[in-house]
Amino acid sequence: MRDLLIRGADLVGRGRSDLLIRNGHFLDPADVDGDVNELDAHGLVALPGLVDLHAHLREPGREDAETVESGTLAAARGGYTAVLAMANTTPVTDTAEAAAHVAALGVRDGHAQVVPIGAVSKGLDGVELAELGLMARAGVRLFSDDGHCVSDARLMRRALEYVRAFDGAIAQHAQDPQLAGAGACCHEGEISGKLGLPGWPSAAEASIVARDVQIAELTRSRLHVCHVSCAETVDIIRWAKQRGINVTAEVAPHHLMLTTNEVLGYDPTFKVNPPLRPTEHVEAVREALADGTIDAVATDHAPHARHDKEHAFADAAFGMLGLETALAVVLETMINSDLLTWAEVAKRMSIIPAHIARLTDQGRPLAPGEPANLVLLDPDARVVVDRNESASLARNNPWHGRELPDPVVATIWAGRVTYQKESRVVS
Amino acid sequence: MRHLLSAADLDQPQITEILDLAEEMSLVQGRAVKKLPALRGRTVVNLFFEDSTRTRSSFEIAGKWLSADVINISAKGSSVSKGESLRDTVLTVAAMGVDALVIRHHASGAPWQASRWIDAHVLNAGDGTHEHPTQALLDAFTIRRHFRHFVPDLSSFEGKTVAIVGDITHSRVARSNVLLLNTLGAEVILVAPPTLLPAGIDSWPVLVCTDFDQVLPHADIVMMLRVQRERMSGGYFPTPREYTIGYGLTRPRLELMKPGAAICHPGPMNRGLEISADAADAANSLILDQVAAGVSVRMSVLYELLGGAE
Repeated sequence: MRDLLIRGADLVGRGRSDLLIRNGHFLDPADVDGDVNELDAHGLVALPGLVDLHAHLREPGREDAETVESGTLAAARGGYTAVLAMANTTPVTDTAEAAAHVAALGVRDGHAQVVPIGAVSKGLDGVELAELGLMARAGVRLFSDDGHCVSDARLMRRALEYVRAFDGAIAQHAQDPQLAGAGACCHEGEISGKLGLPGWPSAAEASIVARDVQIAELTRSRLHVCHVSCAETVDIIRWAKQRGINVTAEVAPHHLMLTTNEVLGYDPTFKVNPPLRPTEHVEAVREALADGTIDAVATDHAPHARHDKEHAFADAAFGMLGLETALAVVLETMINSDLLTWAEVAKRMSIIPAHIARLTDQGRPLAPGEPANLVLLDPDARVVVDRNESASLARNNPWHGRELPDPVVATIWAGRVTYQKESRVVS
Repeated sequence: MRHLLSAADLDQPQITEILDLAEEMSLVQGRAVKKLPALRGRTVVNLFFEDSTRTRSSFEIAGKWLSADVINISAKGSSVSKGESLRDTVLTVAAMGVDALVIRHHASGAPWQASRWIDAHVLNAGDGTHEHPTQALLDAFTIRRHFRHFVPDLSSFEGKTVAIVGDITHSRVARSNVLLLNTLGAEVILVAPPTLLPAGIDSWPVLVCTDFDQVLPHADIVMMLRVQRERMSGGYFPTPREYTIGYGLTRPRLELMKPGAAICHPGPMNRGLEISADAADAANSLILDQVAAGVSVRMSVLYELLGGAE
């Protein structure tokens, strides 16, 4: 394969430079040798390839909703070069064999690196620990029962303690099932009361996080909080970090922009867990992402077959698409409002997520010798999102019909162009 | 009127028109031959995802007395458990060529969703814990008749106080009544233990009180809500006995009622729990009038939706 010379990109917002890629790695651009393919990137910003800590790729089990291939194609279109695949597939990723299977699907079909997340408990039932150590030997470092909360405090304690042996972390879906049961589907407040939808109070999230940071302190273990959705949780995480507790947190793009008002029309596209919250919470999570209390943006990409979303609101599946639009939403809510710089976006969408997941080849500097994972983006391009243009097999796209930035111009994973909006590479 | 989804869809003149027409329709009830030709050739489907003998029968009789072809479809247990989506069920029924779909669903918002998928008129016959607009209309009809004993041509409820007592959180009857009574100018007081008051109630156009005895002497209408069985085991209140003592319309409480005040209940009643037999059968109980009004009001609404020029 010919070397690829990327000309004129603004590297992480720090100034223009050329990038030379050979055999999956960056080289000193001065080392150009013979014929190269060129990509003109003047006017574009280059970031390290994005890393998603939280995606549901649905394979194995629900290949009608998404596959590793379609999900990672969506990832590549969103600027991602690595995706952590959640464990709630069928079968559940709760054994080393199941984890190896997901990783193998990634190697075979992936348009990005696919890294399995292991279940905390067998079958996600919240009762007995899954084979965390054996999964760790198969390369798993993040464990989560996402979709379900590890609500049993003793199990959570044991899981946190146990994964310390191999530098693992527990990614908690914080939802007290007594305060927000399986039917809870709307932020508890004025709108849930008006619409007659079962309430999902922010206290159900914050109280679990308050408990878990205490357990993390007790066990000196690494806790990661999934999809922080409310102001109360932000306060607790801020407090825990000040105290030196080893906790990290992510926020989903939809919680950075969409509010409970979206639910007023009972459109199940906007049914997500945790639910969309009122404006004051949206502002709190933006602020927390800006000041680093929330470490990372993670998509919680949750594709569903159409028929699983075309039920009554209370009966429809939870979740919305996110991989293709995450960077657009961060650009709109954080860059365009001067809450984050490009260097900080690189941290929150690539460098820190890679570190949390212990991925050594991702989130690296755009520098000679490093793996060639990057995304090139045009900060000014905009588009009206059309769900039918998606690479995902699913159509539960909450951004459909909305004008958003359309930044991703090209994505390169391990030196390979996995996506380009229009052909820009010339020989 | 295209659909009737919420009591908030109606302004005061529309409500008055529906209630006035219902008065005319009620004359049919007294005739030997209970039939009007108004909706001949129109098809009304009662699509019930949740059992409700009372509401379904009421809609069925209303449609039949207006000469519509009325078909009942029980879709209970359909949808999720059988693997068919709500959209498929609704589209399937609509594809048969119906003019109006009367929908009762266990989930809030289902009639809203249906109204976006099909061309037929959609009538909300009760959705989850959200709304039940025809119940609110028949309550208004009954209440208006009661008030007209004293002021014959009364149409606004200005200056009147209606207390709605019981499980407000899970009550679609309460939500629709609050909206409709507010439009008609009544003052609404909601009475319940704090566990049965919904989130965000501070923004509702009502007064809220947790002490029934404090409210009772001021109410012109006392509307008791049914306590669902599942709430009794849900920890919303300690025991049925405590509920009755705090929030039941017991015999001693009848003494506290304002002279001329009346009692309503949407049924079915739990006699001895939220309402005593003495209250249910009292001279000032409007409970059976409500049932009779159900047919007249639903005739009126069906006529409003289907009777005019398309």
